[in-house]
Amino acid sequence: MTRLGALVHYPLALWIPLALAGCAGGAAPPHEVRFWAMGREGEVVQQLMPTFEARHPGVRVRVQQVPWSAAHEKLLTAFVGNAMPDVFQLGSTWVPEFHAIGALAPLDTRLDGPTPAQLDDYFGGILDANRIAGGIYGIPWYVDTRVLFYRTDLLAQAGFAAPPADWAAWTASMAAVQHLVGSGRYAMLLPVREWQPLVILALQSGATLLRDGDRYGDFQSAAFRTAFAFYLDIFRRGLAPVEAEGQIANLYQDFAAGFFAFYISGPWNLGEFAARLPADMAGRWSTAPMPAPTGDGPGISVAGGASLALSPGARDPDTAWQLVEYLSEPATQVSFYRLTGDLPARRSAWDDPALADNSHARAFWTQLQHLQSPPKIPEWERVAGKIADYADAAVRGDLTLDAALAALDRDVDALLEKRRWLLARRAAPPPDAGHPAGS
Amino acid sequence: MSGSGVARFNPAYALVGPALGLIAAFFFLPVAAAFLLSLTDFDLYALADPANLRLIGARNYVALLRDPLFWVALRNTLYFVVVAGPLSIAVSLAAALLVTPAAVRLKGLFRTLFFLPVVTSLVAVAVVWRYLYHPRFGLLNYALGLIRLGPFDWLGDPQLAMPAIIAMAVWKNFGFNMVIFMAGIQSIPERLYEAASIDGAGAWQQFWRVTVPMLAPTFFFVGVMTLIGNFQLFAEPYVMTQGGPAHSTLSLVLYMYEEGFRWWSLGYAAALAFVLFGLIVAVTLLTRVRGRQARDGAVTVGATP
Repeated sequence: MTRLGALVHYPLALWIPLALAGCAGGAAPPHEVRFWAMGREGEVVQQLMPTFEARHPGVRVRVQQVPWSAAHEKLLTAFVGNAMPDVFQLGSTWVPEFHAIGALAPLDTRLDGPTPAQLDDYFGGILDANRIAGGIYGIPWYVDTRVLFYRTDLLAQAGFAAPPADWAAWTASMAAVQHLVGSGRYAMLLPVREWQPLVILALQSGATLLRDGDRYGDFQSAAFRTAFAFYLDIFRRGLAPVEAEGQIANLYQDFAAGFFAFYISGPWNLGEFAARLPADMAGRWSTAPMPAPTGDGPGISVAGGASLALSPGARDPDTAWQLVEYLSEPATQVSFYRLTGDLPARRSAWDDPALADNSHARAFWTQLQHLQSPPKIPEWERVAGKIADYADAAVRGDLTLDAALAALDRDVDALLEKRRWLLARRAAPPPDAGHPAGS
Repeated sequence: MSGSGVARFNPAYALVGPALGLIAAFFFLPVAAAFLLSLTDFDLYALADPANLRLIGARNYVALLRDPLFWVALRNTLYFVVVAGPLSIAVSLAAALLVTPAAVRLKGLFRTLFFLPVVTSLVAVAVVWRYLYHPRFGLLNYALGLIRLGPFDWLGDPQLAMPAIIAMAVWKNFGFNMVIFMAGIQSIPERLYEAASIDGAGAWQQFWRVTVPMLAPTFFFVGVMTLIGNFQLFAEPYVMTQGGPAHSTLSLVLYMYEEGFRWWSLGYAAALAFVLFGLIVAVTLLTRVRGRQARDGAVTVGATP
């Protein structure tokens, strides 16, 4: 049938763009900057363009909106087909991957230009996510991390005036809340298959996740095991329901109804909680930085968000860079925050009253000073998927903690086989094989 | 001498030449290329620099057999094939029987309505069905609620997601087979029914003793086509569930797509494609043998009265 035909043909479909790579591109008028932005950002960033175009007469920015669900595939396909935009948004965890295939232009020389001190203004953890082998390949556009959202009233009723600062207090407050709400409700919502909470706990315990220069999985290490045991314990003690994201009917209704009191989530829920929770919920919830394993916190959280990058094949790289600079200006960042609710990546933008007066955003401000990136390797997204798979299996009781960690190490080692081979070859290049430059 | 020279050049070759050339260029060549691809570890790194490509022999295939997700995808695909195939054929046949008799009014209207889902874009259909399946606002749960059942989270529950996909796929595709069954039913000579009714056969007996045996070739065609199509389940889970929840709707083709175009492990995806290809060929050959037996059987049954 035709569908079979389509399947066997796609290797050909792959070769055609490869073969045509040399001759494609180059038909658009001069001084047009092609800019790809994802999802909601792509929708509203258009509103910021008239100011830029007024400042640069003769320049037109063509914004192409790409849905997040297809963004990764589309960017890779565009790269293969030599149809990359001049400027594009990309998830900050994708930077190593796109760097590995040579789809990102190095930005260091541009940053040394007129405003050299500007980089200090960015949150360190998020800037670090864009740094590969000492070079900068993306400019943080907005930041994303996870903090603790919690019901202040339930916590107070359970006898806790302040949010927990360390794991022991967190466990105690969860147990107290659970005792208060009884069965059928839970202390915490921890959707299974979300890798971020577990990775945050692991980074907090000092786990490196990978070892030997990110060549092997390091999930059977004492540090990761501690974090995994803490994570599993929350489910084993019935403090969190075994539910995946998709099974939760309505997060906001459930939170308002007291179905759970703690939830680890990101900045987008600042706006969503404010808009979707019933009016009487105002003042009954708040945010707090992540608790630390010991001591008085805050604990580390995971660095995420999106960056702006330049394609090495940009037709007019100088104008393209001006667009990146414009979008990075504190004033533009504040406008962007007002349009989207995305948190600015630059500290100076946080002086604006829109953010400075938002009490719920304070936790993010604190948390953003304590960020760590997951391992910066092209395979990270796949590794994260494996972590989610085995955490899921262990939570559901299909695997014991030990078996899950052993299997995770085995799978991740297999995933990293190519990386090990490449690193070994780079260390000792064969005498005959030259290193042909990519297209 | 010259006569044998003419005989040696058969004009048939000139006539089939263009078609063969096209098939070679657009089918055999890509298949061969895909097979070669499946012997390499073509991935993101090779995309960046062809020097990063390695010839790894059958290692992709070995890795595939050890991959638990492959077995999950295979199990899901077989689940779909085994349940959706017969169900779809039964529904198609029932619909064809309903809209074929000359006495039925508004035949054209019903035929069009039943065929409409086939020509509708699957993405649009999937969006509508997602609303129907919605756990709180869905029509299906509303209807079940009236008889005090549910609510069910059709696409969120690992146990229910595949049945939900099957129901949608059957609804979407039965119209095509219905048309083929209609053609089959119309080609059954009226005299067979007359002879059967003279012999005292009722409607039920006429269906089992005349219609079903006479439709054996149609059954074979519809069965093989449905089987091949069902093995390639992709768009329904891709649009509705992305393979979730808990991989319960991950099909082989969807897994292949994810490996190939999400992660760009094209070597691995090509190996997966070949395993699926082998599987479809094997099952189709098996059906052919069974089909021949059934047809021989049908002739004897048809000949007895």
